[in-house]
Amino acid sequence: MPGKLSQPDRRGFFGPYGGMFVPETLMAPLQDLDRAYRAARRDAAFRRELSQTLRDFVGRPTPLYFAERLSGEVGGPRIYLKREDLCHTGAHKINNSLGQALLARRMGKRRIIAETGAGQHGVATATVCARYGMDCVIYMGEVDMERQALNVFRMRSLGAEVVPVTAGERTLKEAISEAMRDWVTNVRTTHYILGSALGSHPYPMMVRDFQSVIGHEARTQIRRAEGRPPAALVACVGGGSNAIGLFHPFLKDPGIRMIGVEAGGLGLRPGRHAARFAGGRVGVLQGTRTWLLQDRFGQILNTHSVSAGMDYAAVGPEHAWLRDLGRTEYAAVRDEAAVAGSDALCRLEGILPALESAHAIAWLLEAGAALGRDVPVIVNLSGRGDKDVQQVAAWKEARRQRGRTSA
Amino acid sequence: MSTTTAAPTRIEQRFADLAGEGRKAFIAYITAGDPDLDTTRDHVRRLEDAGVDVVELGIPFSDPVADGIVNQQAAARALAAGATYRKVCGRVASIRKASDIPLLFFSYLNPLLAGTYAANIRAGAKAGVDGYLILDLPGGATDDYVRPLREAGVNYIPLVTPTTAEARLPGLLRPAGGFVYAVSREGVTGMQKSMSGEAVGVVERARRHTRLPIAIGFGVSDAAQAAAAARAADGVVVGSAIVKALHEAGGSAPALRKVQRWVADMVRAVHGD
Repeated sequence: MPGKLSQPDRRGFFGPYGGMFVPETLMAPLQDLDRAYRAARRDAAFRRELSQTLRDFVGRPTPLYFAERLSGEVGGPRIYLKREDLCHTGAHKINNSLGQALLARRMGKRRIIAETGAGQHGVATATVCARYGMDCVIYMGEVDMERQALNVFRMRSLGAEVVPVTAGERTLKEAISEAMRDWVTNVRTTHYILGSALGSHPYPMMVRDFQSVIGHEARTQIRRAEGRPPAALVACVGGGSNAIGLFHPFLKDPGIRMIGVEAGGLGLRPGRHAARFAGGRVGVLQGTRTWLLQDRFGQILNTHSVSAGMDYAAVGPEHAWLRDLGRTEYAAVRDEAAVAGSDALCRLEGILPALESAHAIAWLLEAGAALGRDVPVIVNLSGRGDKDVQQVAAWKEARRQRGRTSA
Repeated sequence: MSTTTAAPTRIEQRFADLAGEGRKAFIAYITAGDPDLDTTRDHVRRLEDAGVDVVELGIPFSDPVADGIVNQQAAARALAAGATYRKVCGRVASIRKASDIPLLFFSYLNPLLAGTYAANIRAGAKAGVDGYLILDLPGGATDDYVRPLREAGVNYIPLVTPTTAEARLPGLLRPAGGFVYAVSREGVTGMQKSMSGEAVGVVERARRHTRLPIAIGFGVSDAAQAAAAARAADGVVVGSAIVKALHEAGGSAPALRKVQRWVADMVRAVHGD
């Protein structure tokens, strides 16, 4: 288990962040979940079943791949891609969905609910529910259902019910609220598989632990490949689960830079991005105290990102704490650069990244050279980009049209 | 028990008066600023004229996770019309010029954190708010948020639900004042066809840990349900049903009078008049 540096306290706080800011009805199930999870993670049989299923069903360990041509393009570090895109269902999300599904089964809960933004978490959850014969309901914003129609089709094929959420901006934030309302109503029979290191305790801790398999593998793999620790870790941060999963096992190693890349959207003006650290303030949303995009009256702002999985107003509370401690740093990359990052990885390495992951690639292309000459750097390639091709095509077409009218 | 040395709040006084008369309290919820703050002032007067004992004003929030669709839409209308926490406080101050009706704020935490929390609470107390019910407070560093309420002389009103473990009740109820809000069922705010039997159990469990009055809410939507809830507790909260009726009445004076008569019927059912 990871060191003391970043374990939440008894009430679920990482320093001043995190906690359990939920309606009273959810306190009992969250405390039950906390107890059940702590018992499960001490249980060798649970750990064995999880790691065997990660191996045989998910396809772990995922490779750590030396991206030679990308390294040449960036012009400095030796860049390794942690290939979470090669996980079953195409993203890191299944590491967490599987862990929580096994936990739900242990707790005797047969009905699973989840929210999804990009659809990757919804697909991963629908997949493990099919695998274990559980009922599955996925809440998804109507706008995201349009953006990610392929994933909606996949979830339904897997036997899940996909419920469109029509409130507010009709994206991830509203889907989480709707899933929380379902859970408040059906707590006794239902487990909520939250998809990121967000929300009330114990989710930020538990999701991080299930995603830490990424960092544990990468730490062994980089030592084998390079015989030395990495100089830096880079990952995109929507809620922040793929990033915390990579970062956390390295926290005990000194001198490693950890860089989280947020969605800069159309630029850092209110409502046009999702860079919480660049444009936000501390507040409380959906169970947790963390950095939020909000107006001066405490109302949550609209967000924008070309990538649905980054399009969220809050960041995972442990990221906020690690940032305060000076252990992690955050940057923002705009839509345009993310799409260019995706194109670059396709052409240089033959790998189509998810638009979320493309933010990390884009940051490297912009700023990676300064990480140092010939030093190893690990980038979390958190998902594959097949789901995004229509979105990217539409984005490019819209830009071409704009270019023509302004010309 | 809470040790209140200051003068009783209007909420405490009203419950004491009702207890003296052997009557139960009728508490009405509306979303502040729906559809605008002038209308909220008029609605509070209508509710008072209908005989309501306590008015709960919902502070609109963009992401109300504990609310059903009726209150979500009401909050969205209020925000679209520009309602903010401080503007609602301002309107309470103007209501106070003409009315001593006990008022409490029903809010999510985040709108209260804009600026500083303690200053926001002081502003509410100064305007004439008597208590706060904060939906998403329960598990989070509660003392930090309860102390400013005590210091401002307003009541902290906790929610107790069917899932609240007995072991949590002493901690939850110790800082409470005014009354305790017993949630009748698992779920979000909103109307139900029938009252949940769980409500009685929630009230009984809470009674073992507090001498404060207990009101049942979430899902009460007509006079028969209100009367049934009143038999099991010291008060009844009706929210979404009133929000919906007022919204549907719009600006029509006859429709608003009809809503007022319907609320008055529910009040009578609860008071036992």
